[in-house]
Amino acid sequence: MNPNSIKGTLLVSVVLCVACSLLVSSAAVLLRPMQEANKKLDQQRNVLLAAGVDVDSMSSDEIVAMFNDETKVERVLIDLSTGEAVDVEAAGIDLATYDPKKAAKNPELSERVHAGGGPTHGISRREKYAFVYQIKNENGEIDKYVLPIYGKGLWSTLYGFIALQGDVRSVGGVTFYEHKETPGLGGEVDNPAWKAKWSNKQAFDEQGNVDFHVIKGTVDLNSAQAAHQVDGLSGATITSRGVSNMVQYWVGPDGFGKFLEKQRAQ
Amino acid sequence: MADTKQKEALLNPLFNNNPIALQVLGICSALAVTTKLETSIIMAISVTVVLGFSNAAVSAIRQYIPSSIRIIVQMTIISSLVIVVDQFLQAFAPAASKTMSVFVGLIITNCIVMGRAEAFAMKNPPLISAIDGVGTALGYSLILIIVGFFRELLGSGRLFGYSVLPLTSEGGWYVPNGLMLLPPSAFFLIGLIIWALRTWKPEQVEAKG
Repeated sequence: MNPNSIKGTLLVSVVLCVACSLLVSSAAVLLRPMQEANKKLDQQRNVLLAAGVDVDSMSSDEIVAMFNDETKVERVLIDLSTGEAVDVEAAGIDLATYDPKKAAKNPELSERVHAGGGPTHGISRREKYAFVYQIKNENGEIDKYVLPIYGKGLWSTLYGFIALQGDVRSVGGVTFYEHKETPGLGGEVDNPAWKAKWSNKQAFDEQGNVDFHVIKGTVDLNSAQAAHQVDGLSGATITSRGVSNMVQYWVGPDGFGKFLEKQRAQ
Repeated sequence: MADTKQKEALLNPLFNNNPIALQVLGICSALAVTTKLETSIIMAISVTVVLGFSNAAVSAIRQYIPSSIRIIVQMTIISSLVIVVDQFLQAFAPAASKTMSVFVGLIITNCIVMGRAEAFAMKNPPLISAIDGVGTALGYSLILIIVGFFRELLGSGRLFGYSVLPLTSEGGWYVPNGLMLLPPSAFFLIGLIIWALRTWKPEQVEAKG
């Protein structure tokens, strides 16, 4: 058949499309398990990174081993509305497959945000149950709490972790593992120099209310508020505001606030 | 006879007919991914794989490609291959795939890949086309790796992430040249490479109009 006839052209394009889509989809399906494993490892790396652990010197096996060892990292599923650990069996949740990101989109596993007019993470629903990672020191005491946070920036939802020190007041560190902000502007949330400014800032005031802001411009170190503020990213006002709001929301009463309050009371 | 032709197809693009230095194609990705040697090498490997296979595939079906849709056919083959390479990178080199982000996908629009499919693979049998693809990609890789080497060394005092020139900020003596981390520096380096290459091989200099 002449490939330049109309019939030939159609036939060639159909055959080509089928062949190419088979190639692409089989590659995607065959490689997915490895990609998922990489994603999980990347999240675990970021949990440790937020907690200030020197992950660059750790092999991936060491990271996985650390997460399998409950005396080093303990992962607890928290009911955000009560601040208590979830009774997994009663709630009918399989811890191995529970994915907070998917739960946030599932009407049965999510609820509306009740921030009472305060800052939110920019999304009208959030999951009911979320994981908290408790990083322990050699004596088995909790050294840091690592909380997953996410919220809207300028272009995308930023996903990351914030670590709180054992006193449940000061910030241990922050990291974002997934976002699509502008490289060089909002994308500077990945800049280690900027993330370093977060450590030892105070997230709460004396009464235990959230008091933490990513401000516009640089922090005046002489002001009384300096301990509660982090420099904004220049050229990225909306990303900075988004980060500020999501932190306030997630450590606040509608986020992990109830859980954190209980830890502080102990 | 055939052997010399294959050898030429493989080695000519390195110095005599370099895609970046002589044809000045594929500049955009040469700017974007060369801040580090590691990403340069991964990009070089990806382009080599894509170009080798795309040339072979286009050439294998060249008699069946209707001339009215030949560009679309080439694009379909190239983009499928790029997606497959991207999937492999996500599975086996997740960290590198994260830093390179969109630039792997942008291999699709790399003019070198289309250029070779249209100019060579459409007219030649599969084996020599595949060799031509790999050869052209090696020419591209050579420049990428040279540029990546100098940008990482002078820009951050490191190679493959290991400190080579100790930085002043870390107690050493080397003050990094921040310009090297910005895209324009790749233009300067490529310009210098073209100058050096044309001094060595004066026949590459265009005739003065």
